[in-house]
Amino acid sequence: MQADAAALIGAGLAYGLAAIGPGVGIGIVVGNAVQAMVRQPEMAGQVRTTMFLGIAFTEALALFGLLLFFILFGAA
Amino acid sequence: MTAPILAQIVEVPSDVNHLFDWPAVLPFGINRVVLLMFLATLATFLFLYIPFRKPRAVPSKMGVVVETLVTFVRNGIARDTIGPGSTKYEWLLIPMFFWLLFLNLFEITPLIHFPVTSRMAIPAFLAVLVWITFVFVGLKKHGLSYIKHSLIPSGVPKLLLVLVIPVHLLSTFLIRPISLAVRLFANMIAGHIMLAVFFLTTASYFVFEPKIVAFAIPLAFAIVITAFEIFVAVLQAYIFTLLTAVYIESSINVEH
Repeated sequence: MQADAAALIGAGLAYGLAAIGPGVGIGIVVGNAVQAMVRQPEMAGQVRTTMFLGIAFTEALALFGLLLFFILFGAA
Repeated sequence: MTAPILAQIVEVPSDVNHLFDWPAVLPFGINRVVLLMFLATLATFLFLYIPFRKPRAVPSKMGVVVETLVTFVRNGIARDTIGPGSTKYEWLLIPMFFWLLFLNLFEITPLIHFPVTSRMAIPAFLAVLVWITFVFVGLKKHGLSYIKHSLIPSGVPKLLLVLVIPVHLLSTFLIRPISLAVRLFANMIAGHIMLAVFFLTTASYFVFEPKIVAFAIPLAFAIVITAFEIFVAVLQAYIFTLLTAVYIESSINVEH
């Protein structure tokens, strides 16, 4: 019973903590991409592609946290 | 088709773990997910085939739409990422983009409301396919030096290789396919759960507390999130195809 409770608390913490870093990271990625697009509008297409790549790589970490949530939730 | 089979195809989930089950309904383990995969395959085939069945000088309206999308995948994803020689990989990238697009858009299709890619089997299978493709491309182009170049970047001091080789081994050959599959799967499952939460909240308020102020707010959220999920479905199909192209490119130019 107490192990279940620990697993559930861990599940909540796992996702919450995993979302912090990627949240900051995606903010930095998109912010700098917008700056680059404003400074050089002719490069906007390439910058947008690279921005999506950066978002995808950063976001993966938060999604690992979500997966961990499911694993811990299933263990409880 | 008898009634119980139909009732199982239109399954009502009991809890969140249901998303990971794979209940067999018809023979060979065919259930709603597999039927929807067949539907998406058929839709992809018809979408790419019907507008160009008869050669015409001026394409039809549908033909213009399909042509624009295929050109986007060919030029915007394949050519811009892989560079010259990208036509060799269009057999993988173009059908995969449209198949994923249809599978993802089932999430907000009325009467279906189920993202097929939120079952891990489908993204995992595609990730294994991509893994096999980019390793094969690298081995064919560079022989065994592909493994050497992808594990040992140039200009690294000898002492650091103890650290660098395991990191590169993990990141290139293990984390890449896993993160590719998990990204698609988790995005779709998160959207599905979000939609389910808001629509079920709306429904239960509608039944138990039929005041407009009670169920209008979750309904508004649900509609907004539905619009957001259309964006996510297209974006995830795009990202999956783009990352496939990026991985193939990194296998071709492994020395850099």
